[in-house]
Parts: sequence; C-alpha cells; structure tokens
Amino acid sequence: MKIHEHQAKAIFARYGVPIPRGYVAMTVDDAAAAATRLAQETGSPIVVVKAQIHAGGRGKGGGVKVAKGGAVEARELAQKILGMQLVTHQTGPEGQKVRRLYIEQGLDIARELYLGAVIDRDRRRVAFMASTEGGVEIEKVAAETPEKILTVHVDPAAGFAAYQARELAFRLGLGAKETLGKFVKLMAALYEVVIREDCSLCEINPLVLTRGGDIVALDAKVTLDDNAEFRHPEWRELEDKDEEDPIELEAKAAGLNYVSLDGNVGCLVNGAGLAMATMDIIKHFGQGRGVAPANFLDVGGGASQEQVTKAFKMILRSPKVKAIFVNIFGGIMKCDVIANGVIAAAKELGLKVPLVVRLEGTNVELGRKILSESGLAIQAASTMADGAQKVVLAVAR
Amino acid sequence: MSVLVGKDTRLVVQGMTGSAGAFHSKQMLDYGTQVVAGVTPGRGGEKFEGSVPVFDTVAQAVAATGANATCIFVPPPGAADAILEGFDAGLALVVCITEGIPVADMLKVRRVLEGLRGKTRLIGPNCPGIITPGPAGVGCKIGIMPGHIHKPGHIGVVSRSGTLTYEAVGQLTAQGVGQSTCIGIGGDPVGGMDFVDVLELFQADPDTHGVILIGEIGGGAEERAAQFIKDKMNKPVAAFVAGTTAPPGKRMGHAGAIIAGGKGTAAEKIAALEAAGARVAPTPSDMASTLVSMMGR
Repeated sequence: MKIHEHQAKAIFARYGVPIPRGYVAMTVDDAAAAATRLAQETGSPIVVVKAQIHAGGRGKGGGVKVAKGGAVEARELAQKILGMQLVTHQTGPEGQKVRRLYIEQGLDIARELYLGAVIDRDRRRVAFMASTEGGVEIEKVAAETPEKILTVHVDPAAGFAAYQARELAFRLGLGAKETLGKFVKLMAALYEVVIREDCSLCEINPLVLTRGGDIVALDAKVTLDDNAEFRHPEWRELEDKDEEDPIELEAKAAGLNYVSLDGNVGCLVNGAGLAMATMDIIKHFGQGRGVAPANFLDVGGGASQEQVTKAFKMILRSPKVKAIFVNIFGGIMKCDVIANGVIAAAKELGLKVPLVVRLEGTNVELGRKILSESGLAIQAASTMADGAQKVVLAVAR
Repeated sequence: MSVLVGKDTRLVVQGMTGSAGAFHSKQMLDYGTQVVAGVTPGRGGEKFEGSVPVFDTVAQAVAATGANATCIFVPPPGAADAILEGFDAGLALVVCITEGIPVADMLKVRRVLEGLRGKTRLIGPNCPGIITPGPAGVGCKIGIMPGHIHKPGHIGVVSRSGTLTYEAVGQLTAQGVGQSTCIGIGGDPVGGMDFVDVLELFQADPDTHGVILIGEIGGGAEERAAQFIKDKMNKPVAAFVAGTTAPPGKRMGHAGAIIAGGKGTAAEKIAALEAAGARVAPTPSDMASTLVSMMGR
C-alpha cells in the first residue's frame, strides 16, 4: 500500500527522523493559511507547494513549486496545482488529478543526498542504500554509475548497528563532528520505522544537509507491506481511495487479486501463477492480431461461489472486454463452484461477449455438465493453449 | 526414491483444528500420508477424526509420536511463531502453507533458519507444499495440492506457484510421465528453500531423471537457479517463467511477484535460463512436452 508524502513524514516525525515544518492543504484557502502560519513560525516567507499524489517525479511534472513571496504567491501556486492532471514518469500519460497539497517551509540547502531502505529479497535482509547523488532518479544512478550507490545490510537478530551508519556517513562526506551524530541517529530512527511500521520501501530523495548543518528528510516515499495490515488498524486512515483504481479497490474488498491492464480479453483464473501464465499465453497467440489480456484476476485457491460471481461481474461490466477466458485448474477450488458462479453472474448481467472456458482438476465432469446445461453460449476448451487460441480467434475476427 | 518426503515421513499438523487445517489433514490422511499428530494450543488431549492425537505444543507432539515433519496452517498473525516452534522442536522439515505473513516476520524466521545450518529445511510460506506421489505406504503428500492428478515416476517439479505446478503435473500425467517429488517453494519475497536448494536435491537423487522449474517475475531466484544448472547439473531442465506480460510496479497476486525498479522481469530470467542450457517452454501449455522432447534425445 502506497501512502502520501505528508503521511510518511508524519510517521518519520513520530520516530525522530527530522522533517521540515509543513501542513496539509485540501483547498487554496488552506494553502494560503498554511503559508502564513509557516512564515510566522520560521521567520521566513519562503514555502514550497507540493502536490500529493501516489507517484514519484512530481517536481519534474510541475507539481512542486517554491513560493518566495509568502502567502500571496503560495495561494497563486496552489490555485495552479490543485486540480491539475499531474503527469510524471510513474503516472502514465493520462496523469493523476491533484486533490491535496502539502505546504512546507523552504530550507537553505547545502547538499542533496539519497537514502533508501528496501527489503533485499536475495540477501533476506533490510538494505540501506545511500548516494551522494540526491534529488535525481536513483534507478538512473544505479544503471549509469553503480559505484556511487553505497549499501549496508542489517542483521535482523542484532538489529541496526551504529558502525554501519558511521561507515555510510564517512563515505557520504557527513563525517564532520556536527553531522556524524545526527546522521547515525537518523539512520537508527529510519530502521525503527521500517521494522515497526512494516515498510516494504522507505525512501528519502533528497535527504538534505542544510547550510545550518542539519540533516533533514526533504521528501518521503513509503510503501507499506499489505501482509501486515492485520496489526496496523491505523492504516485504514492512511488509505486514499482517490489514488486507487476503483475496480482494484472493489476486488480487494471482495478478497480477490485484480490488476487492470490495457487489453481486451477478460481473464478469470484460480491462482496467481496460473493467472499470470494465462495473460502470457493470450499475448503469445494474440500478438500482432490486436488481442491482449484486459486484466489479471486471481480468485484464489478457496473462493466461494459468491466471490466467483462477483469476479465474473467485474469482468462483464468492463467496456473494454471483447471476450472472456475462464481458466481453472481446480485443486482445492472445485470446478462446479466456478461453473455455478459464472452462470449466476451471466444470468444477472447477460453475456454479450464470447466466453471460452477451460476446466481441469477437481470435480471437472460436474463443472462441465453444469456449464453445458446452462444454455449459455460457451466454447469449451480442452487445454490452456486451446482456450487461448479460441479466445484470440473470437476477438480477432 | 524421492527427495525430502516419503514412506518414513511422520507428520504433525500445526493448526489442525482450524477449517483449512482440518480439511487438508483429512485429505492428507486419505492420500496415505502418515499424519501422526496435530497441534492446537489449548486443545491438547482431543482426537482428530477419532484417531489422530492433538497436542498443545509441537515439542509434546514430537516426544509422543516421533514426528519428523510439520505442516503449518496457522493464520498470518501466528504463522511465523508456528514456524519457529517447528524449528525448536528439532523437526527435519517445516512446510508452511499460510499466505500473508508480513515480510518483517519472515526476515527473523529466515535468520533463525540460517543459524540451524541445514538441520531443518523450510518450505514456503505461501506455497502448496510437497508431494512424493505413490500409494499409501509409499507416497507422501504434505500440503494442499490435489493428490489425484499425480503419478509416481521420475520427474522433479519445483515452482513458485501453486496452480501452475498443478498445470505442469497435469500435463506430465496426461502424457503418462510420472513425478518423483513436486515442491512448491512459495510466492513470498522471503521464504525457506530456494530453487537452488531443491535443484541440488534433484540432481543428487538417482530416481529423478529430469526437472520442470516454474518461476515468475520478481527477485533473482531464477537467475541463481540458472547459474546452478550451468555449473552443477547434467539432468535436463525445462522451465517456464510467468509474467512476461505483467506491468512493472504491480504486485501480481503473490507478494513476491513484482517487477521493482526495472528488476526481476520475465525476459531477464528466461534469457538466463536459456543461456544456462535449460529449455524454456514457449507457452505454459508446453511445459511437459518441452521436457519430454529434451529427454527423448
């Protein structure tokens, strides 16, 4: 689960990771009031108006602007940014609508660095990555000048060790007496954030050294581990439904795994691996013929008939779907449950596009019998490849 | 012959009295697996299906029954704890079926596992389990896979995905080709046995003559497998990597199936496996036929 910069910074603040002063603004008036308040608190009229969307590259896209003229200018900038369709390299060409702003104090920046914490799945450790090349895309630094990325791994038994932070500090040029202690403290706090808040990603880009000698998280990007939701009831407050695909939200609420894609064949599959493989085989036979998967949908190993019905309805309602491929290898999932769920949805909403069904595994004979007696126009497939070819033919024609 | 599990496996089921645990314990008993004990804290002294004794702790179950493996159906909040309890009881094999364990919990589990230095093997979490096909007294099914699609034989199957494993097994059995042992290593970013750990066993097992390896996007496990195949294996390996069409940055069902920072794409993995001498099936429908064609030569 992704969260906004201002939410990530609120978490940082609770653990003692230094952040600039700032206030959330949902309206232009809020933005002006926040700028006035910041000017009073800091003695400087300079504030930064920052669009809050769940995507990086906001500055380049025009979603982050500096107001040197206090509240009046902050208001003007807020007017421009709030409601704009912000396009960045992570949003896709249609962009993301800006619905909230974060108004932050301006800092006198001496240096910009990069600091990130990720789960290094190959080493099975939390890895801290740091670089002197702050403020730019870290993927680009990693690709072009990998020697500029410094990495340390934390032993989960021993926990974070101060020497690891010192090692980074010296190599980042933060070894001076006044910065060393601050950096070590910041790293220790950030590790606490990662572990106790169940982050799968925690990125500060840039981490800045101010002319006053402070080290501050100027940006904050946090992704939370969805698996840990059960022990974080407070995460419900952090969810911003405006940033999510409405169909994906509906699927999540129904206990289904759904990802929207650009193609035209709706897929209903049991199991994540088989669901991905089903997308792949549609693309394999559909390439060059204008046929591609419209979604990833895994109904899971033990879905109920109601869940299958809900899943099939979601596909039926999508206007881009020109044909549907149901691909089931029943293990725990019984084929008759799938058949009944599909029929219930089709009877309620009507089946207006070709439907290809491949059933295999537990209770397969019963499932096939239920489908063939349903009166629905269903093309039965004997294998995954047969089904994919049939559904491609149905759309390409 | 087979790897890890067989006629000498004596299984305890943690979370036996929950709905998933009870259902699958029954299925495993029906397949012929020696399910010798169950564990549910607070339910010690009961009998499952009128015959299998239930204990409060894994240590008690092991002491009373001589169990040497465990299968875990405990829900996510207590699953990592259940794995640690299995480790501490000295079992040779811990199989964790549970999906949805926080990665921070698995980092700790993994660290403890490393300290055991091979005394205990962990399969999973978020996996279908492991099966050595065969009739009662020979075969052993630990997990949630449908037993009836399997057939005893000489092909090892290792996979990060459950249903895609069934797909491969179904294809093999349909062609009359049996399996030695099938292992689902799970779809989480941090878990127990890796492809390489399983390939090592298959390479050493005289009754495994060929291998189907099923990978997916995310992480570097397939690349490490490719290196092992290149350096250490002389048995044929057919492979499939799911997620050629998956968009970057999206979690595709499995917590571990995500292309992050441009890394972990299917194309990279397929290239590595092919360069190592594995043959990659053009579609998921061709996994068995790809292996059979390699072995026919």
